[in-house]
Order: sequence, then C-alpha cells, then structure tokens
Amino acid sequence: MSILIDFGTRIMVQGITGRQGSFHTNLMLEYGAKVVSGVVPGRGGQVEHGVPVFHTVAEAVAETEPTCGIVFVPAFAAADAVAEQVDAGIDLIVCITEGIPVLDIIPIYSRARSAGVRLIGPNCPGLITPGDAVKVGIMPGQIHVPGPVGLVSRSGTLTYEVVQALTDEGLGQSTCVGIGGDPVIGTNFIDCVRMFEDDPATEGIVVIGEIGGSDEEECANFIDREVGKPVVAFVAGRAAPPEKRMGHAGAIVSGGSGTAQAKIDAFRAAGVSVAEFPADVARLMNEQLRG
Amino acid sequence: MKIHEYQARDLFAAAGIPVPAAQVATTPAEAKAISAEFGVPVVVKAQVLTGGRGKAGGVKLAANPDEAESSARDILGIDIRGFKVDKVLVAVASDIATEIYLGAIVDRQTKSVLLMASAEGGVEIEETARTNPEAIIKAPADPATGLASHQARAVGFRLGLDWPQVRQFDSIARKLVRAVVDMDASLAEINPLIVTPEGELRAIDAKVTIDDSGVFRHPDLAELRNPEEETGPERDAREGGISYVKLSGNIGCMVNGAGLAMALLDVIQLHGGEPANFLDVGGGADADQVRTAMEIILADPAVELVLVNIFGGITRCDDVATGVVAATSQLSRSVPLVVRLVGTNEEEGLRILKDAGISAHRNMVEAVKAAVAGVSA
Repeated sequence: MSILIDFGTRIMVQGITGRQGSFHTNLMLEYGAKVVSGVVPGRGGQVEHGVPVFHTVAEAVAETEPTCGIVFVPAFAAADAVAEQVDAGIDLIVCITEGIPVLDIIPIYSRARSAGVRLIGPNCPGLITPGDAVKVGIMPGQIHVPGPVGLVSRSGTLTYEVVQALTDEGLGQSTCVGIGGDPVIGTNFIDCVRMFEDDPATEGIVVIGEIGGSDEEECANFIDREVGKPVVAFVAGRAAPPEKRMGHAGAIVSGGSGTAQAKIDAFRAAGVSVAEFPADVARLMNEQLRG
Repeated sequence: MKIHEYQARDLFAAAGIPVPAAQVATTPAEAKAISAEFGVPVVVKAQVLTGGRGKAGGVKLAANPDEAESSARDILGIDIRGFKVDKVLVAVASDIATEIYLGAIVDRQTKSVLLMASAEGGVEIEETARTNPEAIIKAPADPATGLASHQARAVGFRLGLDWPQVRQFDSIARKLVRAVVDMDASLAEINPLIVTPEGELRAIDAKVTIDDSGVFRHPDLAELRNPEEETGPERDAREGGISYVKLSGNIGCMVNGAGLAMALLDVIQLHGGEPANFLDVGGGADADQVRTAMEIILADPAVELVLVNIFGGITRCDDVATGVVAATSQLSRSVPLVVRLVGTNEEEGLRILKDAGISAHRNMVEAVKAAVAGVSA
C-alpha cells in the first residue's frame, strides 16, 4: 500500500518534448513507472522515448486513459497546463514547474479544488512509491527503498538527504511526497499526514518543513489531535535572516512570522520529535519504530 | 521586487487612487523649487527601500520653500537601515482628521488577495497584528473578480467612516485590490490613508512589492527595479539563475537546492560556525554554473573558506567536481575548500576532485565540522 500513486498509476507528461520533460520521462520509465502519453501543442503524432505525443490533454486522455498528469511546462504557461488537465478530468496533477506567478496559482488552486482534483505543487519534486516502482517526479529513484516510512516535504534535495539517511538506516519508504516550495500550493502537510495516518503500509511519518507561512504549525495542531502514528520532523531555516527569500518563493520570515523556531516549538508541543540536522531524522524514526 | 514610495505613488495615481501632488528632488535646490511651485506647506520624505523613515528623521514637514530646502539638506545623504538617501519626495502636506491603515496582500493562507484595514493608521500592520490583532479587518477577494463593493463597504463601516467617506473608501479599496492583480504585486499598502477635516480620503503614503515570479510579464514594472535593492553579487546571482543571500559569517556556502542550503546554514550554526551566505546553485547545475557561483561567493571579502554541499540527484557529481576544479584554478583569490559530494556519478566526481588534490566528505555533518575547524584554526 501507499498513498496517491501505486502500480496502477498511468502517467501523462505535459511538456514531454522539452529538455526537462524529456529527461525525466526517460528516468521515470527507467524507474519502472508507466508513462502512457505526452502532450505538447503542435507536436501531436510524435513519439518521445516510445511514448505517443498528443496536441491536447483531452486527446491524450481519450486515447491512453492516464490516471495522473505531470507538468514540466515553463512558468509562463504552466497554470494553463494545469487548467487543461483539470478540464480534461485528470484526478491527480503534479506540477514540477518553478517560478509561476502566485496570482496564476490562486485561481488554479480553486479550480482544482472545486473539481475534486488533487494538485501537488507547484515548484515540487513530485512523488514516489518505491514498493511499486512508480515515481511521478524528478527525485533520484536509486536512493529510495520500499518500507514503512511516509514522508512529506516542502523541499527537493533536502528530502533526498533525509531519504538517503532513512535508507542507510534500513528504513524504507511507503510514499514520499514533495508538496512544493511556493507560497500557494495545492496540497499541504495536513492533507498528506492524514493520508499517511490512514495508509496501512505507513508506520511512521516524516514531515520536513521550512520557514515561511504557518502550514507546519497547523500540521502540528492536526497531529496533536488526530495522528496516532509516530511523527519525526525537521524544519530548515533557523539561521535564515528575516525578510529574505531563501531560494523558495515561499521560504521567507516576514513581519516576525513564519520562523523556524515557532514551527519547531509547535511540533514539540504536539509530541513530535524534531531532528537537529537532516540525517538525524533517520535515527529518531528508528527509535520511534523499533524502540 | 521592492519599489520606492514615489514609484508606487505614481502607480496608485494611474489606478485612480487619490494621492497628493508630489515630485521627486535629488538636491535641496530642487526641493525648494518644487515647494515654491506648490505654494503650500509640503512634506519632504526620504525615498529608501525600507521602513522606519519617520523614526530615522527621514520625514519632515516644511512650511515654506526655505524650510523645504533645509529639510532636504538634512535628509539627503543620511543612512536609514543601511540605505543611503539620494532622493526625497516633496509632497503637498495634508491636514489630517483620521488615519487608516489599508493594505492588500496575496495571502498564502486564504489563497486570495486579502484586503486588510485598521483604524490604527500610521502603525505598521505587523505591529497591530502583534498588539491588537482584533483591530485588523479583513476581506478576501477573488483575483479574477476583484473585491466586491459590498465587501469594501462593510470594511468601511467597521472602520467607523460615515457614508460619504465609505463611498470613497469603497472605490479606493477596490482599486487597490485591482492594482495588486494588474501588477502581479504581492503587496500594495497605503499607510496611512487619511481622512481630511473636509472628509476627503487620500493616500499619503504608498508601498508596493512585486512578485519576483511575475516581473517577467511586466516590462514597464521591471524598469522600476532599483539597483540598491541588491548588491552586485546578488544581481549577478539573479541574472545567472542562482539564489544568493549574503549573511554575516566567514564560511562561504554552495549547495544545490534551497531546502538543503537552508539546512546547511543551520548545521553550520549548530556547530559553532557562521555562514557567509545562502546559495542555491539550482537544479541540474553544470560546471559553468558552479564556477559562476564560486565567483559570487568569493566576491564577499569576509569569506575565508568555501563549503560545497551537493546531493546529486539530477545534478551530477562529476559536473560539479569539474566546475569546482575549474573554478579553483581560475579564480582571483584562493581559499580552502571543503567539499561534500554524494549521489549521481559520485565516484567519478570524487576521482576528479582527488586528481586535483581536493578531498571530499560523504557526510554533511563531518564536512561542516571540517569547515568550522578550518576557519577557526
């Protein structure tokens, strides 16, 4: 078991002939994922890494029945790409693209929500379920192994760092979800933690947060009330100066709110073990799961 | 991207928000001439990309052109929170009966353009949020349709305005929200929005921040970028697709990925060191990108050592190693390097570094300890 994606996941890649789209389609296929179609307007009829390309999402849906879509379209056109997938009835949309104007995301967020579509991202590495050899994203597949830990994170490489440590510790992963580093994202920590709590294959949950916003605090509150499984957290950005954007558009301490310390305090108050450094997450999870 | 008050004021005026007449001066003589032209008392205000001007002596009332000249002389050249004042705005002074705070932000929590107002005008909204959060009246707007008139009116009445004032407030609030959407702003703020003794509403300050991700589709706004907002290396980084923030320590940092870069700073501090910068070299960084990043880091004279922390996923360790080796042989000054390299093509990367006499760690914490020991030795 896992959350969101499994062996039955059929992937459509929007922007499949672009540099990133093509590169990662190949890696997803090599990992074992079923990429069934690609979409690039003007390139319908072509074949990329053995995958048929269509002009429109609607055509790709009709011909190849994808269960999920991934977006590699450049920032200026990415919101339109997500909207096209929502309109074509895709239920799970993963938007990798970084640098989309926030005011483009807000309407897309509402549109996806009212259509009952799960949007992951934008500005995220995607998700992976190692036990079913399926990834819908850009993370390096080889560091993941199947196992009992569910992981949710706002970051990319920081997540890989933690996953490597978990794997080195003998703790495999049920599903890892990168929810994205933008201020407005489709799926938040609580959504994922709730799914992990309900997933029989997940025994422990890792939450990797960072400065900016209050999603970590709200998640801590949720964990306190509704989560029985052990949770280990890491929060990046204790050393970050205020009012400076730390790479991710959403990673900013603004007007004294969104600090790492406030998030760490909230997690601790909810009984969550908080790691001092990324790899320490694995040691703490090991303690929780194996006593 | 931040812009000056005078730039924001012009944008507000173009959006139909009432603002007092004003002009920019760069010399005391210009301030005097502008004041003489207006022929009424003026306010001389420092134009800097930071708050706290009033407390720093950057805002002065002048009753006549001579006072405007001397006020400008006092203000021009002073330093406010690290920004040197080289322009002042000379604005017609307004009589004030009431001051209101009015702002519109793109809000991550409500996922709306959120109108915020408070009767505590002139106070920073963050301050009100801390001391008296109930005083902040909020109304979320859908960016597609803007703020509804009934929402604006409800806020106006709660502020205690009378009906003729509420009608003006309705117009101003809706125009402010519309301006945020039209400009891809993340914030537009009028603090204070005043009511004159005659009952006229007027924006006597203006603040706008543009969403960095939205600037590309507003060439007119991109031209408003002020060079003092970023240092030379910060500009080089932005233009090279690298995220860089200068900090105050001596350990230069190069990392792939923003989250990992933040975590590295934390781990350095945890071990008693002080990072000199945040730097995310970007996903899929190649040798050229690495060399550019290295030059940006070394432009800071405080840097005594560079710590490279790469988790190769999409980024290939051999590309990074090639870049590091190329950079060390070409750079203007040489500092000790501590490298931590794991992931895709790790063996090849480590071999390239070893051939160049650079040793690398596999563990992030060990690399940090070595770097901290390297600068304090």
